[in-house]
Amino acid sequence: MFKIEELKKSLLISLWFAFLTFPLLVIKVNPIERTVLWRWENMVYVAIGSFVISILVRLFYLHQERRRERVARGEITLGDPWIQTLLSEPRYLYPFSAAVLAVSLVFPFLFSTYQTNIMITALMYVVLGLGLNIVVGLAGLLDLGYVAFYAVGAYSYALLNYHFDIGFWMALPIGALLAALFGVLLGFPVLRLRGDYLAIVTLGFGEIIRLILENWNEFSQGPSGISNIPRPGLFGMELSLDQAILYLYYLMIAAVAFTIFVVNRLQDSRIGRAWVALREDEIACQAMGIDKRKTKLTAFALGATWAGIVGVIFAAKTTFINPASFTFLESAIILCIVVLGGMGSIFGVIVGALILILLPEHLRALSDYRMLAFGAVLVTMMIFRPQGVVANIRRSYRFESKVDGEAR
Amino acid sequence: MSRPVLQVEGLSMDFGGIRAMCELDLEVDQGQIVALIGPNGAGKTTFFNCVTGIYNPTEGSIFLNPPDGGKAIRLNGLKPNQVTEKGMARTFQNIRLFQKMTVLENVMIGRHCRTRSYIAGAVFKTRATRREERQTVEISYQILEKVGLAEVVNELAENLPYGAQRRLEIARALATEPFLLLLDEPAAGMNPQETQELDDLIKRIRDEGHSILLIEHDMKLVMSLSDKIYVVDYGKKIAEGSPQQVSSDPAVIKAYLGEDIDA
Repeated sequence: MFKIEELKKSLLISLWFAFLTFPLLVIKVNPIERTVLWRWENMVYVAIGSFVISILVRLFYLHQERRRERVARGEITLGDPWIQTLLSEPRYLYPFSAAVLAVSLVFPFLFSTYQTNIMITALMYVVLGLGLNIVVGLAGLLDLGYVAFYAVGAYSYALLNYHFDIGFWMALPIGALLAALFGVLLGFPVLRLRGDYLAIVTLGFGEIIRLILENWNEFSQGPSGISNIPRPGLFGMELSLDQAILYLYYLMIAAVAFTIFVVNRLQDSRIGRAWVALREDEIACQAMGIDKRKTKLTAFALGATWAGIVGVIFAAKTTFINPASFTFLESAIILCIVVLGGMGSIFGVIVGALILILLPEHLRALSDYRMLAFGAVLVTMMIFRPQGVVANIRRSYRFESKVDGEAR
Repeated sequence: MSRPVLQVEGLSMDFGGIRAMCELDLEVDQGQIVALIGPNGAGKTTFFNCVTGIYNPTEGSIFLNPPDGGKAIRLNGLKPNQVTEKGMARTFQNIRLFQKMTVLENVMIGRHCRTRSYIAGAVFKTRATRREERQTVEISYQILEKVGLAEVVNELAENLPYGAQRRLEIARALATEPFLLLLDEPAAGMNPQETQELDDLIKRIRDEGHSILLIEHDMKLVMSLSDKIYVVDYGKKIAEGSPQQVSSDPAVIKAYLGEDIDA
């Protein structure tokens, strides 16, 4: 069971924390009355709190180690986690997907317009996450400027509509295409870069796009943005605000379904495998006959396409855009969605987006601590579950006979 | 006399002021196993990297002659993926598998340059794509059977034991349909039994018509396999010939064991 030494370590940790927080939490100087208030009870809280947390962490590690040992001795076998079974077995997956689809279809009738509106935002982030997942999760190219493509999509609809009166449905493919073009544009200079260097360049690219939009007044109307962007049309019908939100909601559901379909097909294809190989080992990947340049550019372009699509929808939803919507924080949140949900896992990214977008909305009472909680969640995740909420599993093939293999 | 599959003439490679390889000539004949040996740091892996397009050699020419009588291909300046497409595949000294992919997928990556389907094909799952995909799986599985990894197709590459990882590297290279296979220390870190299995495997691959160029430190394996041996030291060729010739060559003995003080 638990050793005395472990308790001692935890005790030391709690003492250390009490010491560290002493100046901030215990001493309170009142400069007007020239008194010092000693709040010793805070020290006790900190000590007890850190002691308990430290014990819990130790217990968790101990539990994991025991489990590993027992697996090693062959006493228990590590079964597939239930979530992987759910996702890989068609007989569970299809009913599950159908249920999720059914719930999402009746969602707006069960909840208020406000809730539906939040859900639309969350769904937009699902698509953004899935798009970035191609670049970061599959191809392993850390892109910190993803929001730039989102901005390209939004501004292409806003500007095309402003100048040429082009409608939503026309702007959708144009926005997607322009974003893809910008993806290739970013891709070319960073073909030789990887890791930290790539991250810095993409970060710069994101900022460049935002600064251009902010400062080039003749082009983008600067910080004041573009207003009066029309909502998506439905065969020329006049929609009330509630109806428009409902319409947008179903539009987003369709967009999410389409994205899942395409990304799922892509990741088990020849090109999807090439992306993963590129992530795993660039040199070996080239030595196996994969054109690095083409593969990278495709990843950038395809990832950006989704951001462009969501950008157009975003402009149509808010009817007003300005550069302030496309700050680095957006890129960071989308990246967090991918990392927290599970790199390369479609289901993981969806879960990640829902957690990261819906939770803050519903916990508005605690909004002062939002960033604190955000950071804490990410740190905890990286320590205990670095592969994300739902880890990516590779497709497995079943072979019936020894002579000629048949893919399942 | 048919022309050699690989023909390297006067190959030199400079890194800044250091000449890592100096005017090396080398030929690999069709269906032969040729070994490149030498002490550590002699420039063997540098040679591989030059030939496969990872480095661009300072001087010299590299020609690949397809055994089907096709036109000679100059490899200088080609990128690694183009070299592989021309029919020469390699393995790595420090294993470079795609760790988080399954064994089968690793081999399927090797099929990449022999298949064509792209984004549209993948999204719409066209008939051509499905056929190609099925073929890729079948061929990859057959190759895995050949190297004895058919039992672990769905295992992640990183979970394989060391010897199996080495064999998987060979399988992956074979999937690119090379007529010339470059093996960089395939027996490194293997126990005697694994080495013996590797010996058989390499012979089988040769008998199927692949030519093989191999870097190896295990002399027993080299002597048993090679038709011809090149010995390099400090980037220069110091001997070439049959295993018997090379093993009795004074320059080789000197390079490996040092000079006799009394002599």
